[in-house]
Amino acid sequence: MRDVVVLGVGATAFTSQTPEVNWKELMYDAAVKAYADAQIDPRRDVDSFITCAEDFWEGFSIFDEFTPDQLGAVMRPMMTVTGDGLQGLANAYMQIKTGMFNIVVVEAHSKVSELLTYEHVVEMAFDPIYERPLSAERNVHPYYVAGLEMNLYLHATGTTEEQCAFVAVQNRRQALSNPLAPYGARIGLQEIYRSGYAFSPLKKWEIASRADGSIVFVLAAEEIARRITKKPLVYLEGIGWSSESPWISARSADAGYARRAAQLAYRQAGITDPRRQIDVIEVEDRFAFKELQHLEALGFARPGEAGWLAQSGALGLDGELKVNLSGGSLGCGDLLEASALQRALEIVLQLRGEAGARQVPNARVGVAQSWRGLPHGTGAVAVFARRD
Amino acid sequence: MTKKDKFGPPFNPRGKPLEANEMEKIPHIRAKAPAKYAWAAGTAMSRFLEELKNGKIIGRLCAQCDRVLVPPRMFCERCFKPTTEWVYLPGTAVVETFSISYIDQNANRIKEPILVGTVAFDGAPPDCGIMHYFGEMKPEELKIGMPVEPVWKPQNERVGSILDIKYFRPRKK
Amino acid sequence: MNLKKIRKDVAVVGAGMTVFARRLQETGKEMAWEAAKMALDEAGLTLQDIDAVIMGSAPDAFDGVHKKGDWLLDGAGGTNKPYMRVFIGGGTAVFAPIAGWWHVASGMFQRVLVVCEEKMSSVQPHAQSAFGHIWDPILDRPLKPNLVWIFSMEMQRYMYKYNVRYEDIALVAVKNKRNAVGHPCAQLADPNITLEDVLNSEPMALPVRRLDISPPSDGAAAIVLVSEDVAYEHTDTPVWIDGVGWCIDTTMWTNRDLAFPKFVARAAKMAYEMAGIKDPRKEIDFAEPYDPFDYKELQHLEGLLLAEPGEAAIMTREGKTQRDGEFPVCPSGGLLGVGNPIAAALGIKIGELYWQLAGKAGPRQVKKDVRTGVAQAWGDLMQVSSVVVMRRR
Repeated sequence: MRDVVVLGVGATAFTSQTPEVNWKELMYDAAVKAYADAQIDPRRDVDSFITCAEDFWEGFSIFDEFTPDQLGAVMRPMMTVTGDGLQGLANAYMQIKTGMFNIVVVEAHSKVSELLTYEHVVEMAFDPIYERPLSAERNVHPYYVAGLEMNLYLHATGTTEEQCAFVAVQNRRQALSNPLAPYGARIGLQEIYRSGYAFSPLKKWEIASRADGSIVFVLAAEEIARRITKKPLVYLEGIGWSSESPWISARSADAGYARRAAQLAYRQAGITDPRRQIDVIEVEDRFAFKELQHLEALGFARPGEAGWLAQSGALGLDGELKVNLSGGSLGCGDLLEASALQRALEIVLQLRGEAGARQVPNARVGVAQSWRGLPHGTGAVAVFARRD
Repeated sequence: MTKKDKFGPPFNPRGKPLEANEMEKIPHIRAKAPAKYAWAAGTAMSRFLEELKNGKIIGRLCAQCDRVLVPPRMFCERCFKPTTEWVYLPGTAVVETFSISYIDQNANRIKEPILVGTVAFDGAPPDCGIMHYFGEMKPEELKIGMPVEPVWKPQNERVGSILDIKYFRPRKK
Repeated sequence: MNLKKIRKDVAVVGAGMTVFARRLQETGKEMAWEAAKMALDEAGLTLQDIDAVIMGSAPDAFDGVHKKGDWLLDGAGGTNKPYMRVFIGGGTAVFAPIAGWWHVASGMFQRVLVVCEEKMSSVQPHAQSAFGHIWDPILDRPLKPNLVWIFSMEMQRYMYKYNVRYEDIALVAVKNKRNAVGHPCAQLADPNITLEDVLNSEPMALPVRRLDISPPSDGAAAIVLVSEDVAYEHTDTPVWIDGVGWCIDTTMWTNRDLAFPKFVARAAKMAYEMAGIKDPRKEIDFAEPYDPFDYKELQHLEGLLLAEPGEAAIMTREGKTQRDGEFPVCPSGGLLGVGNPIAAALGIKIGELYWQLAGKAGPRQVKKDVRTGVAQAWGDLMQVSSVVVMRRR
């Protein structure tokens, strides 16, 4: 069975707004960088293109129409996954595994600065009959569900609010060493507390700010990549995805979607003891508590343990677990479906030894995890590794 | 003969069709989609709109395949290379295809038909142009291959929009 | 691309579809469940046997629900499973099964469920209102276009370039609406429709008239795909997905020649090469091309390389594409006859191929013995196409 590798990556910087370019020009920018990194010509070498987008994020009824030109995909197989960047990678992975496709390109982006009614669009993802009236009627921001989920998680595991606040402090600080990240800051617990409750017990600064940006991945079959580059290859060893019930009232306290996705990915990658086998970790942290919940779901900590690890400084460049060294979504911004690729990008840079000031020495195995955000329980997990 | 034998699969498909008035009677929820956007036009289209305000059509040249792209783009989708140069076009065009429409955007019937179609600009490769309305002609006069020219709004009414062109009319000799 | 090195062969072992109608009382989730259950029942499987679920559904604007795929997932059987929604506009009907194909062909999953759902009647005042948002916001939207406009422009260009008569195009509508009489899900079956009815129907955007257009519809359809390793455990008559292809053309639709759909031909060549088909006209026995408008059936037959440009109209006039003709086209009744709930057209394209090739189509069964069929769908801004070749072995 042929193996799948990352042949190239490219990204724009992440910023709070991008008025100078339209979405096509933004995507083109990331694509050009990825193709240069992969040493390929998209018009000749790529067998299939995938973009990850949702119509209401973009403001188009069929956004797929507006994607091929800027990726070099005109008159080629190209499709949209209405999922996050890791779900996009999953399709590329399967396409290559069929034996039919050699090189597949995956793109995800955010132009969220152009969406003027973000909270209303999030609310439109709620069931229109049973759930939406609850927030629409009282004009409540739909993120209240994050407050509910955080409360459930704290109650189920004994994690404290303070432990969650540590995550927000840590990730914003970590972002200072990532040149792509716009929201780095040296802040302390005091500032997190002073930001106040947004959706109690969730505090304002425990919520990721939004950002624009585009990321492109070039995946290839191993034997094809070997012909193109002599550089050490990063392998996509396993990828899994899973969805929970879409009903808010049926949501698990332990991020069951992440646990199931990890089981699928770990099984392919031969991971049996993640804490020992995995060197770098990027988990979803749109809300600070989510990082802890996801670390537990991925098997890096027992339920209730992740908070203690955060508090004791074990999650960081100098800690036992190298978690969200990119700054995560709290530092890089919420890039919508591209947040998933932002995590995968960090893992690839780490495994290649190109992560600069935040480089983990001799990193060989990394995991990236995504969650598509409220109100649903859909997420994915990808395991990357060096084999040389 | 049972229904099953008569039709073959899918056997006994389910689903209850409703009449329009029944639709009003069943319990339902009404909501508007409160989604609003402000798209950046981007580098190429910003200039295109500015030039429309000046009463001009502008394209971008791809040096690789030697095409003038109208509407302009900063990259050529065929060569996947940056385009290199701004090129003004005379604005005259030919009708590529057309439709005579008796319905509006929401599928409501209208009495006076809308004449609409695509034009290819002179100075650009075949097929390269935009969609627009046609005017100063009868429906039966509209033909593929017909030479046309833009009718601009007065300068002080132009705002940098495709509607700065009122419509295309038959070209005067 | 290595079109001959597929890891696992993939078979369809069950299909289901709901009634197609302008308004169904069921919600999107309920329709998805109905179709999924029928497909599982035909395959003799339960949801526990399914490893992953693939969803196809067209614009979220129809439902006014953001992330519609995630919202529909419990109806489609996706709860606590790997669940994936893919989307290429109208082409999704034949593309979702292609995504299902690579889920299995990759060796990653053994049994998957592909569900396509569409509820167009939720959007008010008309499904067309949702299509107001498919356009380029700078170039097209200010002109307040109706989707029918561009199809009418395409039809005009097609007739002009290949010298095709409207009367021949209209015969497609007559044929398909009559074919649909044998279909238990059909919305617009009409055993008595004549050419004059179409020619005299009210003008929409000329040259397109009302009966040239398939009606907006609600409905759902589903198929079960399994790996070669287990196919014969479930049925004696698996139907194999032997070729898949898809292709997209530039966004700039006003920069294309609209007469010949090059992207359909490219997608078809990919699928044919994978299926080992060298001469499609000889090796393919019948076709289910996408027919949201009558002229599209003709244009797509030509794009599928089953007719020379302009020839499909003559084949239609001579009756060759009738159900009992030498090359049956849209024996299901197609979108024109059964209805057009965008992605759910899965049931009349892939579903029909399965039922015909398994010899289960009842009164719709084509006269000649069929072993190889092709289905195709088309979407976005007249720019993308998906093609599937299926065979009985």
